[in-house]
Amino acid sequence: MKKKFSLKSITSSRETSLVIVLILLCAFVQFRNSAFLTPGMIENLFKNYAVTMIMALGMMCVLLIGGIDIAVGSTLGFSGMCASLFLRDHTQMPAIVIFLISIAVGTICGTLIGLVISYGKVPPIIATLGGMYVFRGLAYLVAKNEWVSAYQFTDGYKDFAQSKYLGFGLVNNLIIITILIYILFFIFFKWTTLGRKIYAVGSNAEAAEVSGIKIHRIKIMCYAILGFLTGLCGAIYTSLYASAQGDMGTGLEMDVIAACVVGGVSLNGGRGSVVGVFLGALTMAIVGRALPLIGVSQFWQTAIKGLIIIVAVILNVLAQRAMDKNNLKGREM
Amino acid sequence: MKKKLLSAILCAAMLASVLAGCGGNGGSGSSTGGDANAPAADEGGADAGDDAQAPSDAGDDAQAPSDAGETSGDSGETSYAILVKSAGNPYNKKMIEGFQEVMDAQGATCVVKEPEEASAEAQIKMINELVAQGISSIAIAGNDADALQPALEQAMNQGIKVCCMDSAVNADSRQLFVNQAGIEIIGETLMEAVYDITGGEGQWAILSATSQATNQNAWIDAMKQVMEDEKYAGLELVEVAYGDDEYQKSVDQTQALLTNYPDLKVICAPTTVGIMAAAKVLQDENSSVKLTGLGLPSEMADYIGADDTHSCPYMYLWNPIDIGRLTAYVSLALVDGSITGASGETFTAGDLGEYTISEAADGGTEVVLGPPFAFTPDNIEEWKNVY
Repeated sequence: MKKKFSLKSITSSRETSLVIVLILLCAFVQFRNSAFLTPGMIENLFKNYAVTMIMALGMMCVLLIGGIDIAVGSTLGFSGMCASLFLRDHTQMPAIVIFLISIAVGTICGTLIGLVISYGKVPPIIATLGGMYVFRGLAYLVAKNEWVSAYQFTDGYKDFAQSKYLGFGLVNNLIIITILIYILFFIFFKWTTLGRKIYAVGSNAEAAEVSGIKIHRIKIMCYAILGFLTGLCGAIYTSLYASAQGDMGTGLEMDVIAACVVGGVSLNGGRGSVVGVFLGALTMAIVGRALPLIGVSQFWQTAIKGLIIIVAVILNVLAQRAMDKNNLKGREM
Repeated sequence: MKKKLLSAILCAAMLASVLAGCGGNGGSGSSTGGDANAPAADEGGADAGDDAQAPSDAGDDAQAPSDAGETSGDSGETSYAILVKSAGNPYNKKMIEGFQEVMDAQGATCVVKEPEEASAEAQIKMINELVAQGISSIAIAGNDADALQPALEQAMNQGIKVCCMDSAVNADSRQLFVNQAGIEIIGETLMEAVYDITGGEGQWAILSATSQATNQNAWIDAMKQVMEDEKYAGLELVEVAYGDDEYQKSVDQTQALLTNYPDLKVICAPTTVGIMAAAKVLQDENSSVKLTGLGLPSEMADYIGADDTHSCPYMYLWNPIDIGRLTAYVSLALVDGSITGASGETFTAGDLGEYTISEAADGGTEVVLGPPFAFTPDNIEEWKNVY
């Protein structure tokens, strides 16, 4: 009886449907190009998509409470630019200080947006639309129309994204950071009161308020978390690509939101999991990396990317519906 | 009570930002009239980001002098405008610098306009502002070839001279195009570089920006045409990849090229973001594949070198300062009537030398700045600080 129950829950969970899609996708690509699933390729994949993966977690926090943030691309540009400019003018600074500056700027941006949304009662999409322009404008302003180029970064900062000292010489630094953050958030959402409160606010804000949860605080915290992670990614981005431009990260918000949606996070709030977001971001990364490898015409690649996203979401929704049906069946009995 | 206070504070904040915006405009407005303090005026233009406020105030201010100019006839103040694609790009800034340098040397006044976003709409608004100010000439780097036509035609109807540089607007909306480098010259130069680096035979690939970028496609076609020559028979172009000028995608595309073509010898990237992303990938992976193309010297300084630890032996770009300079001379010549923009006319552009106006591929006319400039391990140290 017990065994049957667990089997059922596996076949009908949203995550499993995504895992199946991913396995099929990988198998297909591997069949077309055997160089796909090699250690070097996988390392490069995680390195190049660490930014999307980490920011998707932050975006999940915001989506869980029924919000959305389309300012993340600009926040990344602004925080990364601030940190890079500081590094350019203070070349003796160790990489960690630069990361902390970027994180601080990102967190402040996120908190400001959170304040505007929760206390200003501005709809999230409008507030972040404004934020998108404001932070992008600020990124241009602080940089005074200039870029920070590779030769202006210190070697320590550039090497951070390429070396493995955080991973004890085995795994790239960025991959270790990504893994640690995912573990942290898994624990946070699964076993801490604060994490569960976020779900509560998202699924029914009024009920949550009645039960004594301070909704404003939770909302601001969620945007601040996203800002924190975006700031971190601002530093990762500049360190990885060894260049800071005012327009960096433009359009990134769409990739991040797509990763969440593919991962089964509901745009209405209250529904979504860390594992799902991981799989969603991984799907985006694999699609981006694999399409150039299988010899599809360049002109088709963007369309196919969109198609895969839609198919993944449809399968996901079907799995969810089956799950809901199963749950209801249980209730009727 | 609390709400009233909050709204009062918000109103005050809004008023303050409006005032700040106008202050910035006042700064750039004054450069129209008096002897321009070039850098400060430039800063002012960029600071006055809230363009929405610009037309009402700056327009009113500028109207008065322009009326006065009309009554006193052509002998009145002449001023020359440069309108770039967008703020936030050092390449545009260098172009402006060159333009301002010539104008200052000639004692002419110039107006600098930088839209906050690289859109045709933002440029149309600024063109209308300039027309209202009674400017003598507009030099524009178009964000769209056709969308600016009504605004620019209206400007020309009012006697304003219009030329474009860097990125052309269509033949009907301009008098002359200052072309940074002819398409054929770029094709030949890049092909020659690929030939030289590969040693005359082997596989090579192109990493472009978006598949719709007009200039990229024109250069790629020119390269393909050059390649039909027997001299290049040993070279095999395996793929044209598109990185969309995004880092993440350019990195993916570069690594895919390396994986799919183990015998690849050279990647040619005629786009600034693409070449940077490819250079970083090749250098980080200690790849034997070499890189050339068109890139910004400051961004590429870390990757240009003759030894194996550097991924790019040399690359090319035109000199944006020279584009600005040549554009300034063209504006001056158009306004003083020594050229009309017709094919076959010649003029002297200061130190840059003698130029002849020729037919452009799109039916209009153009002057071509010259062949692209090579950035080598020997000169990159001095150029990386320039732009």
